Amino acid sequence: MEAVFSNFDEYLKAFGVTLGLFVVSGIGSLVLGLFLASLRVGPVAIMRRAAALYVIIFRNTPLLMIFIFMAAAMPKLGYNFKWVEDIEIAGWSVSAFFVRSTLALTLYTSAFVCEAFRSGVNSVDLGQAEAARAVGLTFAQSMRYVVLPQALRAVVPPLTSVQVALIKNTSVAAAFGMAEATATMRAFTNNNADERIQIFLLFALGYIILVEIVALSSYVLERKWKVA
Amino acid sequence: MTEPLVVLDHVDKWFGSLHVLQDIQLSIGRGEVVVVIGPSGSGKSTLCRAINRLETIDKGTISLDGQPLPQEGKQLAALRADVGMVFQSFNLFAHKTILENVTLGPIKVRKQSKADAEKRARELLDRVGVGHQADKYPAQLSGGQQQRVAIARALAMEPKVMLFDEPTSALDPEMISEVLEVMVDLARRGMTMVVVTHEMGFARTAADRVVFMSDGAIVEENTPEEFFTNPQSDRAKDFLGKILKH
Repeated sequence: MEAVFSNFDEYLKAFGVTLGLFVVSGIGSLVLGLFLASLRVGPVAIMRRAAALYVIIFRNTPLLMIFIFMAAAMPKLGYNFKWVEDIEIAGWSVSAFFVRSTLALTLYTSAFVCEAFRSGVNSVDLGQAEAARAVGLTFAQSMRYVVLPQALRAVVPPLTSVQVALIKNTSVAAAFGMAEATATMRAFTNNNADERIQIFLLFALGYIILVEIVALSSYVLERKWKVA
Repeated sequence: MTEPLVVLDHVDKWFGSLHVLQDIQLSIGRGEVVVVIGPSGSGKSTLCRAINRLETIDKGTISLDGQPLPQEGKQLAALRADVGMVFQSFNLFAHKTILENVTLGPIKVRKQSKADAEKRARELLDRVGVGHQADKYPAQLSGGQQQRVAIARALAMEPKVMLFDEPTSALDPEMISEVLEVMVDLARRGMTMVVVTHEMGFARTAADRVVFMSDGAIVEENTPEEFFTNPQSDRAKDFLGKILKH
């Protein structure tokens, strides 16, 4: 315990990095995933196939491999993302490690987000879309006013699982130069071999708290959007 | 009868190798009530759904008010706004209240103000007898009430023609009459209607013409009296024999 509490700012900073990885790739994966899903259920055949191919590639590849690709192969292709380190906004800047990590997490997670959204759209009875079209709504309007609001309700639980997995997947970044929670835990245990179990439990608790915040917010949303 | 409102000209459709609509020729006049009957799988629902292009056709043309049905896109949406549709399974928007179900089309498609749309929606809901349910959700209503809301939703768009695809087939027997009464009232007010149904009583009371379909083709069409008392084709005699026996 002593090891963590006397370096508590480091502990907080580590989870700050974890949180940063999660929030950035979480938002990124939701946006990209929703976009992919709308292609997959949309009327254009070639777009449907392109989005399906994306899902096949990124859902079926281990996350670690995508990280290795980002860290080892992308620089070879001329993308090392070093240029982001020169950008500073209001005293904040990010490392190339951070960009590569969030990119890997976003690409990987959005494949799952896409499938969660697609299952949500499929869960809405076809008659709803037919009725919307029969009233004279366009495809976009019927998606916006009738199908997606209902799909969103069905999609909260699977989407939560995907985002919870993402929180824990940020730990893969530990192997790629990010001083996030898991990497910091390893440093702590190396320096305080006699407190390994306590250190482990405290870091596990950190993850549990983060995940519970996400899970509880999703529960609130689920309740709020429940159909009467 | 003046110039026809809906014209189906040599319409064919296949589901794979199944020829579900065979060379359909049908004109429906303004204010006319056409009841389509026939055994299951005879293509009558497909015919009904083809008129607002919820089913595409493979050959022939369908025109409404002189205009052929457009391809997908904005014009098709505009056409559908002029064609009311009532489904067997109601298909009310599950996440919207009864009132919102009726106002969605007028507000988003007809660009009416919310106040105007709501005023009109309440009138229509009163007319079909569910005015006091306006703030409930579809799942809180009985099947008969939901179907009457569905009719009000279609009427709110001021359609030129109303299509009914087996509107009472999913209802308990005692709820069927409340829906049929609304439909009979609509027919008396001069609405052009295409009704796919198994309700022979409705066909007798409200129809101007009965169209009998079998195996994807129109076998016979006649006035209700003539059709029910003096069917011409063997297929129709056989069908009527089966359904009127009990």
